[in-house]
Amino acid sequence: MLQVELWKRVLIWMTVAVGLILATPNVFYNRVETHNDAVKAIDAGFDTTENRATAATWPSFLPSGLVNLGLDLRGGAHLLAEVQVQEVYEARMEAFWPEVRDVLRDARDTVGTIRLQPSPDKGELRVKISEPGGMDRALELVRGLAQPVVSLTGAGSTDIVVRGEDDVIVVSLSEAEQQAMDNRTMQQSLEIIRRRIDEVGTREPTIQRQGFDRILIQVPGIGSAAELKAIIGTTAQLTFQPVISRTTDASERPGAGNELVPALDDEGVFYVLEQAPVVTGEELTNAQPAFDQNGRPAVNFNFNPSGARKFGDYTANNIGSPFAIVLDNEVISAPVIQSHIPGGSGIITGNFTVEESTHLAVLLRAGALPAKMVFLEERTIGPELGQDSIDAGKVATMVAFVAVLVFMALSYGLFGLFANIALILNIALIFGLLSLIGATLTLPGIAGIVLTVGMAVDANVLVFERIREELRTAKGPARAIELGYEKALSAIIDANITTFITAVILYVMGSGPVRGFAITLGFGILTSVFTAIFVTRLLIIIWFERRRPKTIEV
Amino acid sequence: MRLKLVPEQTKFDFFSRPVLWLGISALLMVVAMASFLMQGLNYGIDFRGGTTIRTESTQVVDVGAYRAALGALELGDVVISEVFDPNFRDDQNVAMVRIGAQDGEEAVSTDVIEDARLALAAVAPDIKFVSVESVGPKVSGELIRTAAIAVTLAIGAVLIYVWLRFEWQFAVGAVVALVHDVVLTIGIFSELQIRFDLAIIAALLTIVGYSLNDTVVVFDRVRENLIKFKSLTLKDVLNLSINETLSRTFMTSVTTLLALIALFVLGGDVIRGFVFAMIWGVIVGTYSSIFVASTILMRLGVKRDWSKPVDTTGNQFGDIDA
Repeated sequence: MLQVELWKRVLIWMTVAVGLILATPNVFYNRVETHNDAVKAIDAGFDTTENRATAATWPSFLPSGLVNLGLDLRGGAHLLAEVQVQEVYEARMEAFWPEVRDVLRDARDTVGTIRLQPSPDKGELRVKISEPGGMDRALELVRGLAQPVVSLTGAGSTDIVVRGEDDVIVVSLSEAEQQAMDNRTMQQSLEIIRRRIDEVGTREPTIQRQGFDRILIQVPGIGSAAELKAIIGTTAQLTFQPVISRTTDASERPGAGNELVPALDDEGVFYVLEQAPVVTGEELTNAQPAFDQNGRPAVNFNFNPSGARKFGDYTANNIGSPFAIVLDNEVISAPVIQSHIPGGSGIITGNFTVEESTHLAVLLRAGALPAKMVFLEERTIGPELGQDSIDAGKVATMVAFVAVLVFMALSYGLFGLFANIALILNIALIFGLLSLIGATLTLPGIAGIVLTVGMAVDANVLVFERIREELRTAKGPARAIELGYEKALSAIIDANITTFITAVILYVMGSGPVRGFAITLGFGILTSVFTAIFVTRLLIIIWFERRRPKTIEV
Repeated sequence: MRLKLVPEQTKFDFFSRPVLWLGISALLMVVAMASFLMQGLNYGIDFRGGTTIRTESTQVVDVGAYRAALGALELGDVVISEVFDPNFRDDQNVAMVRIGAQDGEEAVSTDVIEDARLALAAVAPDIKFVSVESVGPKVSGELIRTAAIAVTLAIGAVLIYVWLRFEWQFAVGAVVALVHDVVLTIGIFSELQIRFDLAIIAALLTIVGYSLNDTVVVFDRVRENLIKFKSLTLKDVLNLSINETLSRTFMTSVTTLLALIALFVLGGDVIRGFVFAMIWGVIVGTYSSIFVASTILMRLGVKRDWSKPVDTTGNQFGDIDA
């Protein structure tokens, strides 16, 4: 009749015990958090006695996984950025022009003179030839420049598509190449953002690719989204370019191969620079905030050997002429070369504050972003608001909890107490599961837990009501309990599967806080079914075996 | 002694006036739709784009002065409202400032927020921006689409599940009840002009789950009783089943409402709209399981001749055991 085999009992209690142990670290949240930080620091090589002492405050045999607090509870910044992947096509096509020019120039007899045409679509190269008769030959030559695409999906295709329109050759990137480039751009951007944020050293940032060309960045503990944007929002393309002249006329024509670049600090001042840089930021190996000889903040940098050679040769040959240090298309400074600079190190001076120079050094060390980013969504949540939400959530959960416990005890007596034990275990199990997978708890997530507190008793209520009904037909308590569980099961399963379906849809379709809600709701359903079907039942059976009551009241 | 919300055995006739109940529900749905079409929802920035700033100051919020200060910046559509909450400290004065999406901008620029901070600091020197959220029009458009898809998907998935587990008439009854709940919830948000944002969509889906939970428990009993009492009319079987499950329906609704009310009062203003939607949903969902889903099932009729062998409890999970 009412029996549960020993191995099942052991399994049920073990599951509960594991859940409880996994949930324990959350009770000592701050202590475990500092312990985890210390352990991470030791792993990273900072094996100090201080770190060891901090690490020892939490026993290593206990689990140390915690429920992460979401941004809305901890405070921090959230950004959704869209990477302008097309920008990279443009640069790629620009770089392709010399190759096209050279190959066509060699065939000048058949194709005539060539000229680069302005193109409405930036990812395209339009070249006009003066002898339309040589079109076939020209197309053949340009096609010969195509390279196979280096990617798994694009295998077998080439990187460019060449077509003729009357006397114009149009070169564009093939779809396979565009895809391969997009992927590279996204990976590079992710990597660089990660490096820049790591440089600032914050706890558990989230940096994820979302969809095709978006990146989600969440950094807890940072002051504002503006601060975060300053760290990751600049592309930090650093170049060293020869200066041709200095002007205050914004409409001055720079001439072929040159460009007009504004100065960062002096409004209305422009420099005419040679477009081809002497050295770029890609050849930097290190950059540090420093002070110049006048004690003003500056940035020290070092080149790699090839950069150092180029820089050395250039400075040796151009003593007395100015060159510009350009960051993201603005001239930071344009010093005059005083002497040959060998060894590949130098200093960037400008009107920096200490903060700015530190920031610039971080950007230079991490490398340049391949393309610009547009921010589609920004959120800043202050730590005070997060703390208020946690406090309010705690109080509300406790009150909800006590109210439901009292109500259940009043309604079902002893059986209500069994259900209450199950409810308490239920909450512990939810936290255990959340810690196990390192899920993030958000404010709607807390609401999900409170809702679970209310709904978790449902499965028990279904069973108890059914037992009451069965008792009315007087089959004896043991049989009534058994039938109660048996007959309520299909309703419990159906009712919970349907709610679970909506939780899964919420998780898949939702984002951020909504997802946090879906997770706690989904876990709540799993644990409440588990505790109702197994734990409460086992409690009732154990009680029944001890007492053997002739009648029961539910 | 036991606390009993519902007497041990009840014999209410829930179908004495089916036309009346369906009529009331239909009327409420029409009112909800009309409200939605006439004045629309008070969309949060998640759905319309723009910026919301939550300000905090020790000085009492003067909405007029805030508006005047921000009006000078020419930011277009600016809405300012004071926030009240029993959890606030005495000197904690909170306001929400909503700035419409700026032309040609995705997320609001840092400069605009800095300007707003300076402008408001002139009114309340110690003002703090405790949260700033900004959503561009591109993302908000996508969020509306995703939300609509999510709700439709949830209802569709449920339709299929109930159809598979029961008969199609049950599925239709359940889904009409769900649509009823969703429409009425959207209606009350439109009527009271409560801010409708992404979290409310989560609440809507939870209501779908909860209401269905209720409906399925009743239907499960209907299925069982249909087999047990072959001679009873469908109406009597439905009445019997609802009466038998009435105690459970009330118990679960009360425990859920207890928890939600605690959250509504004490959980802070940030999630109050979300919790309100769920409280409303629990009430409407409980009503609709009985008066909409079951009434529709009665109207549609159901196959009584279960020719295929079914075990006595109608319970296909009967072999799951502890």
